[in-house]
Amino acid sequence: MTVIVTDTGFGPDTWTAGYQDDTALDLTSDTDPVLLVDRLAAQVQMIRIDFPSFADGRGFTIARQLRLSGYKGHIRAGGHVIADQYAMARRAGFDDVEISDQLAARQPEEQWLARANWQQHDYQARMRGAAPASA
Amino acid sequence: MARIFTPKVVTANALIEGDVIYLTADDHWSRDLAQAELITDEAHAQLRLLKAQSQVATIVGAYLADVKPGDNGPEPTHFREDFRRTGPSNYAHGKQEAEANV
Amino acid sequence: MYKYNDFDTAFVTERNAQFRAQVARRIDGSLTEDEFKPLRLMNGLYLQLHAYMLRVAVPYGSLNSAQMTQLALLAEKWDKGYGHFTTRQNIQFNWPKLSDVPDMLDALAEVGMHAIQTSGNTIRNVTSDHFAGAAADEIEDPRPVAELIRQWSTDHPEFQFMGRKFKIAVGAAAEDRAVLKAHDLAVRIVQNATGETGYQILVGGGLGRTPMIGQVINDFLPRADLLPYIESVVSVWNQIGRRDNKYKARIKITVHEHGIDDIRARVAARFALIRPSFTGADQELLSEIKTHFAAPNFRSGSTETYGAAYKADPVFRAWADTNLAEHRNETHAIVTISIKKHGATPGDASADQMRAMAELAAKYGYDELRISHQQNVILPHVHKSDLPALHARLKQHDLATANIGLISDIIACPGMDYCALATARAIPVAQQIATRFDALKLEHDIGHLQIKISGCINACGHHHVAHIGILGLDRAGVENYQITLGGDATWTANIGERAGPGFAYDEIVPAVERIVTAYLDLRTDAEETFLETFRRVGMAPFKAALYPEAVKKVA
Repeated sequence: MTVIVTDTGFGPDTWTAGYQDDTALDLTSDTDPVLLVDRLAAQVQMIRIDFPSFADGRGFTIARQLRLSGYKGHIRAGGHVIADQYAMARRAGFDDVEISDQLAARQPEEQWLARANWQQHDYQARMRGAAPASA
Repeated sequence: MARIFTPKVVTANALIEGDVIYLTADDHWSRDLAQAELITDEAHAQLRLLKAQSQVATIVGAYLADVKPGDNGPEPTHFREDFRRTGPSNYAHGKQEAEANV
Repeated sequence: MYKYNDFDTAFVTERNAQFRAQVARRIDGSLTEDEFKPLRLMNGLYLQLHAYMLRVAVPYGSLNSAQMTQLALLAEKWDKGYGHFTTRQNIQFNWPKLSDVPDMLDALAEVGMHAIQTSGNTIRNVTSDHFAGAAADEIEDPRPVAELIRQWSTDHPEFQFMGRKFKIAVGAAAEDRAVLKAHDLAVRIVQNATGETGYQILVGGGLGRTPMIGQVINDFLPRADLLPYIESVVSVWNQIGRRDNKYKARIKITVHEHGIDDIRARVAARFALIRPSFTGADQELLSEIKTHFAAPNFRSGSTETYGAAYKADPVFRAWADTNLAEHRNETHAIVTISIKKHGATPGDASADQMRAMAELAAKYGYDELRISHQQNVILPHVHKSDLPALHARLKQHDLATANIGLISDIIACPGMDYCALATARAIPVAQQIATRFDALKLEHDIGHLQIKISGCINACGHHHVAHIGILGLDRAGVENYQITLGGDATWTANIGERAGPGFAYDEIVPAVERIVTAYLDLRTDAEETFLETFRRVGMAPFKAALYPEAVKKVA
């Protein structure tokens, strides 16, 4: 089982449609965001990007490219994402993070809520002069 | 042909202080290589390493280091382990400093 | 000097609180060591051979006297009374305890400093010309741009978990003092034919296992495009850079494998996407940042005392000849304080020395100090009339060694004495070379000669771009030193050529001496530097001097 982390803490997965049909995409971290943009059809509502390891930060760039390309649907980070990366994920354009029950037990809700203030102290937003991409 | 197993000690760094430490035969961590358990059996070495690696709350980066038996316990065979045992060569800091203060 | 605003202060305070919690979470098991390691690294904390090591950022090498004084406090309170200035213009403390580091970071924040992104697979602390703002040959002070990049790269959400580190340097002078061509990305402030100021961008430089010279990816970038362009480069590399082999992960390999034209095209496409997200706020910030770096009101007045001391005092004269550089204001000089006393550890300063340098900066130097990648400390603006008094004070603190640019002004990484990655020692080799040539009383006759020593293939000691480079390796359990000759760290950058088989620890100093003796025989006159001689005569005569046995065998 998994836990969905949002700015308000832990919750259940409300995406029930799975990732088999063409409304949702399940992406690996070596996906080329340039090619991906061409694959994006109007009906895509959910994109889940896998983090095979928390040290593989390619997913952050994929999410940001999707947002810059105009994708407005849901983006979820899945796999090994740690609480310390929650703010990065949100700033890069993810809506939420899907973690395993084991990780949720080791890094409980308050450790994630500690980074729910991701809109504060954001140098890049300040540089761009605009709100973060997904706000 | 089977490789000859060279004697080993289990070494790591202390989580809080960062000091070089060695696993002793009675399951303590010593700052002194001479106190370390000299391991001459490969299977036993792996068991001792696993035991060390499970102590994540006190140590970091456990590994098996080559040693040779000496008059006062294990001695390093490689210069890297010799530096870890004593301290840097440009100042009398590290373990050599602690010894000087005894 | 840049002064933190409320945003910067709040950011660092929050970041330090996060790190304090991360240390606690490592101890209570919430974070595994594998997870904690990159988090501590992105806050400058390494675990080295004997202890933890905290690398504190000195952004683009600039600091004021209060900051230098605080570094002295850290050295005394939480370390062993000294600090080590690095080839990345930073300072390292070699003996902190993990549990003390959050307090050390809070103490740094009190003076507007931090240790963020001095390590880890992220955009590292930005470096620059250590004479910035004082040099006679610069288009403008490069530090505002470096500060802009510092802010943009700090905690950048896309770039904290990359395949490898990414180093950026900024320069604006005719002479390159920042080793621009050995950086992942270099920003060179230039003027085009119409007199407009913009940026030349280089990518793919780097030393390490596969040394490469940076290539121009954009010859002239308009000012407002800088951040989106750099972001595009890093974004493309974060996506396509190799993650299967850490020795092939740096952008130099990506550029090498794809070709500069392919990378340029990918960056252009990404730039088209990213550029519109920058609405101009960065340019307003840059204007504001520039006000922090306004030049001091340079004193006028007679420089007579300088001329008199120069004539009368040979010790002062020797120091002035080597340690002063031309300032853009002719009544001033740029003073390089040598942290390379013969026989001492290159780059190490005691807490007393740090405090003395801070006091002297406050008294004679408009409160400014710089750290050079050559591991020395610089007072960028000193009125010439103050130089004799400054020199006298430096002597009292063992800081008046007259050897800048000479054979004993050696770059050396910490090597096997401290570093967990090292394969051989570097510091004692530097100590012995400096001591030997001091005893020979030859170094002023030898003139400009850069020796740079790395204790492993990662090349933190920049040995590839040294006139005489020394690389310490582990050959079958014994320290062994390879020599390269003819490297160049300036705008005419060049990777040194390997001379031949390596030398044992006790053979390396005599080997260097044979090279220098050969140079003294080969040079046309005292004006021809080592590098000029090497370029004229090539490797062969130096090889003959280095390996006399091989010559005998052939004969």
